[in-house]
Amino acid sequence: MGRTGFPSNVIGFAIGVPLILAIGMLEALRPMGLSLPALTGGLLTLDTMIRVGLFTIILVGLNLLMGYAGQVSLGQAAFYGMGAFFSAILTVRARTLSIPPALAETWWWPWVVMGMGALLVGMAAYGIGRPILRLRGHYLAMATLGLGIVVYILLRENMGLPHLNLTGGFDGIQGIPRLRLGGFLLWPAWRYYFLVWLFAFGAIALGLRVVHSRVGRALRAIHGSEIAAESVGVEVPHYKAMIFGLSAAMAALAGSLYAHFQTTVIPATFGFGPSLELVVMSAVGGMASIWGAPFGALTILLVQEALRTQLHRVLPNAQGEFEAIAFGLILVLIMMFLPDGLTVGGLRWLQSRPRLHIRFARRSFKPG
Amino acid sequence: MRGARRPPSGRSPRFKDLAIEKQGAFAVIRDRTWEERVQFARRWGITAAALGLVIFLVLLGRRHGFGVPEYLQFALDGLRGGSIYALVALGFVLVYRVMGVINFAQGAFVMLGPMLTAFFYEQGWPPVPGLRLALAASLAMGIVGALGMAVERLTLYPARRASPLTRIIITVGVYLALQGAALLLWGPYAKVLPSFTTMSLSDPTLRFGGVRVKAQSLWIAGTLIATVIALGLFFRHTTVGKAMRACAVNRLAARLMGIPVDTMSTLAFGMAAVLGAIAGIVLGPVTRATYDMGLELGLKGFVAAIMGGLVSFPGAVLGGLVLGVLENLWAGVTVAGFKDLFAFVVLILVLLLHPRGFAGAEAAVERV
Repeated sequence: MGRTGFPSNVIGFAIGVPLILAIGMLEALRPMGLSLPALTGGLLTLDTMIRVGLFTIILVGLNLLMGYAGQVSLGQAAFYGMGAFFSAILTVRARTLSIPPALAETWWWPWVVMGMGALLVGMAAYGIGRPILRLRGHYLAMATLGLGIVVYILLRENMGLPHLNLTGGFDGIQGIPRLRLGGFLLWPAWRYYFLVWLFAFGAIALGLRVVHSRVGRALRAIHGSEIAAESVGVEVPHYKAMIFGLSAAMAALAGSLYAHFQTTVIPATFGFGPSLELVVMSAVGGMASIWGAPFGALTILLVQEALRTQLHRVLPNAQGEFEAIAFGLILVLIMMFLPDGLTVGGLRWLQSRPRLHIRFARRSFKPG
Repeated sequence: MRGARRPPSGRSPRFKDLAIEKQGAFAVIRDRTWEERVQFARRWGITAAALGLVIFLVLLGRRHGFGVPEYLQFALDGLRGGSIYALVALGFVLVYRVMGVINFAQGAFVMLGPMLTAFFYEQGWPPVPGLRLALAASLAMGIVGALGMAVERLTLYPARRASPLTRIIITVGVYLALQGAALLLWGPYAKVLPSFTTMSLSDPTLRFGGVRVKAQSLWIAGTLIATVIALGLFFRHTTVGKAMRACAVNRLAARLMGIPVDTMSTLAFGMAAVLGAIAGIVLGPVTRATYDMGLELGLKGFVAAIMGGLVSFPGAVLGGLVLGVLENLWAGVTVAGFKDLFAFVVLILVLLLHPRGFAGAEAAVERV
């Protein structure tokens, strides 16, 4: 790929950043009473856009892991949850952990915790990844699935230490403080929106940087054939564990941001279902593309939102159960007809229209 | 490595260093090769680890003052759950061997079995309860089987050239849709099946010495034995069964022999669905059937299949029984909330230490 990928990424940022800025400014200023929900018929709210940003951060990491390195993770929500609970515990339960208030009350403490969380989760994932990533294909998927459920149960059961009540059990942790920059509170929601998307674009830039570097080429070599990669000098176990750690650290960062956004975390947000949802978002957006991340997150959240709000207009007495059926069917249909996801599959469809004369950089590897 | 001798040392060889090999009419005693010794050490290490786990569980139980009858009781109750896991696991193994897909929709079939049975049973015809239950169960099994085949034809068959991950996500989508459909048809309320012995809600308890056994447990054990025998006869002595085995060994060769491999896939998927339905139906009188019971049973059955190496039928049965017993012991000696933890910790340990499971040399595990 090398330089050939460069211009299309510039186009991506040139379209993406102003669009996100425009949405943010619209919500911040509300000129002439216009707002995002009003313009989109209640479909798209600032809340949804913040979630898209959070999922984008996770999905960039997941796409690097699954689409580029070819290592499947069915337990990514575990790292998301670890980040969220790390932030929540160290800010809310500071007294239980005997952290001096002089430290825990400062404005920069949540930021330090956030960084520490991402770092520690990343390092832990590297440590777990070394043995687990020796497994391949289905076996790796299943090991990460098990890992995800184990972490979920530990969160739900207070990590086996009920007397400390660190994770709060089923009910989770409430009252997580909002983030501040000195005296500047990052709230109302539009201020937080800018913060989240700053991180999201940072994640995309990082992802693109990784893909178009020596590491990215090593990852694609591993995806193609591990034996071939090893024989040309790629240190396969290290690279696989490293990208696993990076994706975990990104998920943990998103988790911390989620905790300070929602101010409440409960374990059910980070169980097996959400892990699957992340994989689905990644697949729908297109695993083998960094730009697929925001598209996948946006598509799935919009589909869920649309099913929740619009379905009863089509079917008068529709309830929540139709949502699940429709979501399942849409998932099956997208996977059957666009297995490379919306971005890659969509680009290929555009390329196949001869009248449009669209050419994109050829992919040097097989995605998926 | 074969034939590589151990380096000369002063000691005379001990028994574990020697192998007895048949060469024609003679038995030859020779040193073990290094490869054999690593395997030997590994096998003993894993046996020791498993024994250590059991001893650990027993020691934990001493805090509660459990004696032999309590442990026997735990083990017997565990065998009941284990038989269910074994039946579900058989379905996983069948689909994985013939199609190479891990079928997450299996949990939905496990749920649909008792739900449909209870639905037909409630219709009140024919008036004899025993006949009515038998009829309802066979109808349910038939419908689930047909549904399984339809699912395979409509979703997995068109995507047969897609990557394994895509196909796994498709089965997840099918699971979501089926679970939503069950919620739509029957609501969130639990359905009750009568005990097979008394045709009422009370189930007689048999006593053997100090140990209590529910009559339904005997039905469950009997069903497992009958199913295993039936499957054995099917795969050994019928043309279709032999053809299915041929597909599992080598799809291309089977096709060249004139076996319709795609039809075999459909059939295998349908059979797996029926196996799941049977597991759910015999479990019905023990736990109430709800629309969301499939996820847990599906995942546990999957862990059992992994314990058996994912390709071996006897391994899956053994894996299910061992998982059931150990899990019940674990649940007895620790906190109730940790019950589900056990299966997934075992999943990770088995994958890391001994991914062949109980399957022996039959399994060719994708692993570096």
